[in-house]
This record gives sequence, C-alpha cells and structure tokens, in this order.
Amino acid sequence: MKRDDIIEYSLGAGHSEEEGKIIRKKIWFVTALLSIVTLVEVLLGVFWSSMGLEWTVVKFAFIVMTMVKAGYIVMVFMHLGDERKLMKYFILMPYAIFILYLLFLLFFEGNALVPDLLT
Amino acid sequence: MSGEVTKVFDQKTLWEGGRSPFSVSYGKMMMWFFLISDALTFGSLLGALGFMRHKYIDSWPISEAIFTHMPLLHGPDAHYPLLYVALMTFILIVSSVTMVLAVEAGHRMDRNGVTKWLFWTVIGGLIFVGSQAWEWSTFIAGPDGDISTWADNATLTQNFYGRGFGPDSPIAAPAQYSQFFFFVTGFHGTHVVSGVILNFIILLNVLKGKYEGVGHYEMVEKVGLYWHFIDLVWVFVFTFYYLV
Repeated sequence: MKRDDIIEYSLGAGHSEEEGKIIRKKIWFVTALLSIVTLVEVLLGVFWSSMGLEWTVVKFAFIVMTMVKAGYIVMVFMHLGDERKLMKYFILMPYAIFILYLLFLLFFEGNALVPDLLT
Repeated sequence: MSGEVTKVFDQKTLWEGGRSPFSVSYGKMMMWFFLISDALTFGSLLGALGFMRHKYIDSWPISEAIFTHMPLLHGPDAHYPLLYVALMTFILIVSSVTMVLAVEAGHRMDRNGVTKWLFWTVIGGLIFVGSQAWEWSTFIAGPDGDISTWADNATLTQNFYGRGFGPDSPIAAPAQYSQFFFFVTGFHGTHVVSGVILNFIILLNVLKGKYEGVGHYEMVEKVGLYWHFIDLVWVFVFTFYYLV
C-alpha cells in the first residue's frame, strides 16, 4: 500500500441524490434538536431558581441534556453510528471505563478537601 | 454494514495486513485515534475542574451571575445572563451543521456544494474565535468592567468574581475559577483556531479541484471529524463551566 487516499472504502462511501435528500433531512432534524436543547438549557440556567426547582434536579437535567447533544453529534454528525459495531465500542468504551471512574475519584476526593472542613 | 463480506476490494488498496480493520480507511482511523486521546485530555481538564468545584463548594462563583454581558448593549443595568455564551454555542453548532452538509455534498461529488458549505464553516469558526476574544476581554476586565484597572482584573493569580467578592464577605472566591476559565476555554480556542486553518487548507484544495482528481472527498470528512469534535467539546465546556 503506497497511499491511503485511494482506499476503496472512501470511494464506496458516496451516495446518490435521493439518498442525499434523506440524509440532509436527518441533518436538519438534528440541527433543530440541538438548538432546542441548547435553548432549554439556557432558559433553565437563567430561570431555575425563580421557577423554584431543586438545584440537584437542575444539575442532573443539564448533564442528561449534554449527553443527548453529545450523542447526536457523535452518532450523526461524526457518522460513528454508521461505522462498524466494534469500532463504535473501541472509541466509546475508554470513556465509559476511564473517565467515569476518574470523575468519581476526583469528586470524592474534592469533597473531602473542602477548606472549611480542613481547618 | 458488513462491508468486508459484500464488497470485493482491490488488493493494492488494502492495508499491509491484507484487510482494512473496521472497514475504514487508514486516515480516518488515525483521526479517530487522535480524537480519542484529545478527548481524554479534555476529559481530564473538565475532571480537574470538577475536583476544584467540589473542593471550593462554598465559594465557587456562580457562572450565570458573571457572564451577563452582551456586545453593544453595555450599561449599568445591562444584565443578560448566559445569552452571549448561548450565542457562541449556537454559532459553533451551526458551523458544525454546515460542515456535515459539506461532507454530505462530498459524498455526492458535488464540488460547488462542498465549496459553499466549507466556506461557511470557516466563516463560522472565525466568528466563534472573534466572539471568544470579546468574551475574554470582558472577563479579564473584572466586575467593574474596566480592563485598564489592573488591580481588580481577573488573571491567573487573582479572581474578583463570585460569592466571596466584597470587603465584608467571609469567603474568598478561589483564583482557580479564572485559571480554569483561561485554561479550558483557551485550550478549546486553540483547537478552534487550528480547525479553522485546517478547514481553510482543505477549502483551497477543493477550489483547486484536487479531490475531483482523487475521486472522493474523504479529506473533507476527516477534517469534518475534527471540527465536530471541537463542537462536541464545547457542548461539555458549556455545561460544566457555564451552567453547572
């Protein structure tokens, strides 16, 4: 193999005009979804206290909405949803294992280091 | 898709092992490898931010009380919480959409479409970087909004924002707040700048007709992956720095 830019997988990735229409429809749907979720996040961020919501609930709502946005970006915009299953897992698994564990440790230790508790 | 079974490939185009792992081309796979490592870096940065936030749980500033400015709408009563950051997020999402449309046009070998959408992606990236410059200068200016008074500006060593601000406040707001602001958004901004440069180079190649000769627009897809990744990181920065 001399050059990678002639690999047939790239040539096979093309699609027709009709398929393109369906794909574009999906892109606009995801655009609308991402915009709406962002709008909801901002409104919630500004008005959550005047709406009388619990901060913990709001915080988890933010995290869930972020995950929804991230999922759509990775699966649709980055086309990871169209890749092979094994490829999907080897990209996503490091985060499920490593980052979540790291976050658990960091938050746990961070809570233990609250300055007021130390003095 | 079971590409390997249904498609027959020219032996010359396969990897050295005689097959293409995961049915993707070498370049795209390496872009994913890079993105995996880069995502771990950003994950660690945001994790460290979470650590500090939990450590200074009593005195960490409320972000939506700080980012309340809008350009051209200055004034003593101007109070637009989160609006500017939301605008920046929207700009980046839109530029991500134009990029995915460029990729889609590339799959149809539509050169004009790729040119058009890639051009708007570059413009969107430039607007985002410009917005960030304005945001930084506003943030550095500190609570009084005057950047020339250095004594109360937000720097790496001092932060006058937050609950602890004021002479009779018992809790001092940690300097880590501004440190993380500069580091996280700065690191992301660096990625945006390099992404804009990459997109611009690819745009020039498209204009020159290079990919018509190659026979496919996979290069647009590869820089597209990087560009979407930047958008993806911003989604997390937006939540964990500005909202939570």
